Amino acid sequence: MANTTETAFVRKEMLGAKEPPLTETGIVKWARENLFSGWLNSILTVLSILFVYWVLAHILPWMLGGIWDASSLTECRAIRDEIYGPDASVACWAVLTERWNQLLFGFYPSEAYWRPVLALVLFGVAVTPVLFSGIPRVFYALTAVAPFICYWLLWGGTIWGPIFVALGFVLGWIAFGVVSKAAGSLAGTIAAIIVPVLYWLFLDAPITGALGAAMPIGLEYIPSKDFGGFMLAFIIGITGIILSLPLGVLLALGRQSDLFIINKTSVIFIEVIRGVPLIVWLFTASLLLNYFLPPGTNFDLMLRVIIMVTLFAAAYMAEVIRGGLAALPKGQYEGADSLGLDYWQSMRLIILPQALKISIPGIVNTFIGLFKDTTLVVFIGLLDPIGLSNAIRATTDWNGVYWELFIFIGLLFFICCFSMSRYSQFLERKLRTDHR
Amino acid sequence: MTTLTDPPKESFRLSQLIYDTRYRSLTIQVVAMFLLVLALSWLVSNTIQNLAALGKDFDFGFLTNVAGYDINQRLIEYDSTSTHGRAALVGILNTLLVAFLGCILATVIGVIAGVLRLSKNWIIARLMTVYVEGFRNVPLLLWIIVIFAVMTESTPSPRDFREGGSASMMLFDSIAVSNRGVYVPAPIWAEGSAIVVAVFLLSLVGIFLFRRFARARQEATGQILPVGWVALGLFFGPALIAFFLMGRPISLEYPELGGFNFTGGIQLRNSLIALWLALSLYTGAFIAENVRGGILAVSKGQTEAAFALGLRPNRTMSLVILPQALRVIIPPLISQYLNLTKNSSLAIAVGYMDVRSTLGGITINQTGRELEGMLLLGLFYLITSLVISGVMNIYNNSVKLKER
Repeated sequence: MANTTETAFVRKEMLGAKEPPLTETGIVKWARENLFSGWLNSILTVLSILFVYWVLAHILPWMLGGIWDASSLTECRAIRDEIYGPDASVACWAVLTERWNQLLFGFYPSEAYWRPVLALVLFGVAVTPVLFSGIPRVFYALTAVAPFICYWLLWGGTIWGPIFVALGFVLGWIAFGVVSKAAGSLAGTIAAIIVPVLYWLFLDAPITGALGAAMPIGLEYIPSKDFGGFMLAFIIGITGIILSLPLGVLLALGRQSDLFIINKTSVIFIEVIRGVPLIVWLFTASLLLNYFLPPGTNFDLMLRVIIMVTLFAAAYMAEVIRGGLAALPKGQYEGADSLGLDYWQSMRLIILPQALKISIPGIVNTFIGLFKDTTLVVFIGLLDPIGLSNAIRATTDWNGVYWELFIFIGLLFFICCFSMSRYSQFLERKLRTDHR
Repeated sequence: MTTLTDPPKESFRLSQLIYDTRYRSLTIQVVAMFLLVLALSWLVSNTIQNLAALGKDFDFGFLTNVAGYDINQRLIEYDSTSTHGRAALVGILNTLLVAFLGCILATVIGVIAGVLRLSKNWIIARLMTVYVEGFRNVPLLLWIIVIFAVMTESTPSPRDFREGGSASMMLFDSIAVSNRGVYVPAPIWAEGSAIVVAVFLLSLVGIFLFRRFARARQEATGQILPVGWVALGLFFGPALIAFFLMGRPISLEYPELGGFNFTGGIQLRNSLIALWLALSLYTGAFIAENVRGGILAVSKGQTEAAFALGLRPNRTMSLVILPQALRVIIPPLISQYLNLTKNSSLAIAVGYMDVRSTLGGITINQTGRELEGMLLLGLFYLITSLVISGVMNIYNNSVKLKER
């Protein structure tokens, strides 16, 4: 009998797993799967890498070697010749450092720069409770008064103006409370509209004038024509955004309404505004508005632009929100009716919160479009960033500077618009209530 | 015992106008109508008063007056002795030209970028993301100005194309990119070229008929004919044969450097090219997002089911995925086309003579007819928008899912 103990080797314990082949791990595997998965993909990858390399090889030295300290393009070129030799191509960022204030503030008086900065900070604080939840409700009070303070900070003048205009809203609120208790909510609403309008038309100006003469508290008045640069883009953009949303909601509701006249008025308004380019509306504002107003009225070009931009964005907003309203199941409307809610209650409590949630991406896209469209005001003579870049290039010091200014303007717009779209994605995730 | 009583007599009270929902809507509408008419008549009376104060009337007669200005970019005959109406027409055609070219290029760019953004190739997908986000988040006006600056500042001047100059023409000396515009060869139509064109048009009809025949045959018998190859052959074959049979009647006139500028060929002005490229790239970024969304909206089960039926990948794409994705893509695509057409009014930034520059610009400045000019301008854009959306809606109805 053979010696069985020496016949074969029998392994008693499991072997550890072998390392996968080198081509199936880590970066090699990733590259094989994501970059070189077929001959077509390989060609595309190589071409793309070459393209990226070509672009970076041209742009990076130009950008990184840029000259930051000079007072004119000729000086820039002299410095370049000294450092790199006459054939080198480098950026002249000095135009940004030298004209920094102008690009941001236009021709706003330099000793008053703190005012727009403070207004921006105030706006940031005031908008926080609206954008993010979990902030004490006290801050909403600040949100309510911030527009008036910002207006006063930006344009200056007597402090009584904004205060007594704001008083009109308080009067309307009081009128609504008093009258609706005595004679029903419809009468209350009418009173809440009529009382402030009468106040603004007849009482506001005399009171402001008298108080301004008696107690001249105020800041130096700065006319709209001194506004410019990114400050102008921000003012028009932010005002337009804030005003166009409620107007757009009203228009969308009008378009969904069963009431024939209101429905048709909204449809015509929306379609006419959307059918014509913004630039034509802006020219209308600057050329024609004086025809439509009583003889002798002449009001601020910037205010006209803000009104036009707001109306324009509101028409687009209305279509976006209409989509949201149409996407809601009919059961939501019927449910609201069966609870006995009246029209405004059902809209406020049931329909609009859901419809607005659905249309967030579209709404934010409209906001982004509006903010980008603020650049068009250059054509009617306002000095937005692009207008300023033209003005800077028109001076002898900086004649011939193109790319540095364009890159700066584009980058600032990109940062603003991109962060808006990121915020909308955050908001969508936060408000998502379906269970997935 | 119960007695049936008549329901209380309906008597109309005035308060029902406010509190009864049956009548309230009527009240609201009457009030709204009243306010609307009031507002409109206020605007109209202001306008009449203002016009009277300025000593102007409301009259479109200026359209038949001599314009007296030149337009460098024109599709129809025009000179400075033509009328303002003719100038407006030149502008309208220029607007439509750039909008038409832009829509085509934007669709091509958008579809390619949208599909590539979904590519499994990491670097391609990233590059497309950079393109889409970069163009979507920067104002169109800036892009137009930047591209125009590239065209005028970074391209060689015609002088550099001389012997020993730094620049040279592309594609066998046929295309010249200079800071005065892009020069391309112009076709010369000699005798007999009409026949070549006619043959070409006939072969297009042939392609269309063959496709219908192939589809009918496939539905009847299940046989699949090689439509693509036949269409390709029909597209080039007959036209080329006719071209050589007729003794090559169509030839090209190449641009040549003469004096200080190029002569011959077709000059594509930098303003047109910059506007066209900027509009296409900008709108293309938006279309790319629509295309991506449309493709993602088709559920993966559709692809798997098509594979399970034994369809090949390209047939899966053309027969299953694309028809469903199109339903999602087309409505936003329509509004992108509309946006592009309206955005073409930014031509003002590069001096391209579109309708806003002729009718809404120089004509208004020369005649002082702001009201009439802006009204016509607005009407033109409004009608164009309505026509485009009408046509595209017909197409949308033909591709959308037929329910019941």
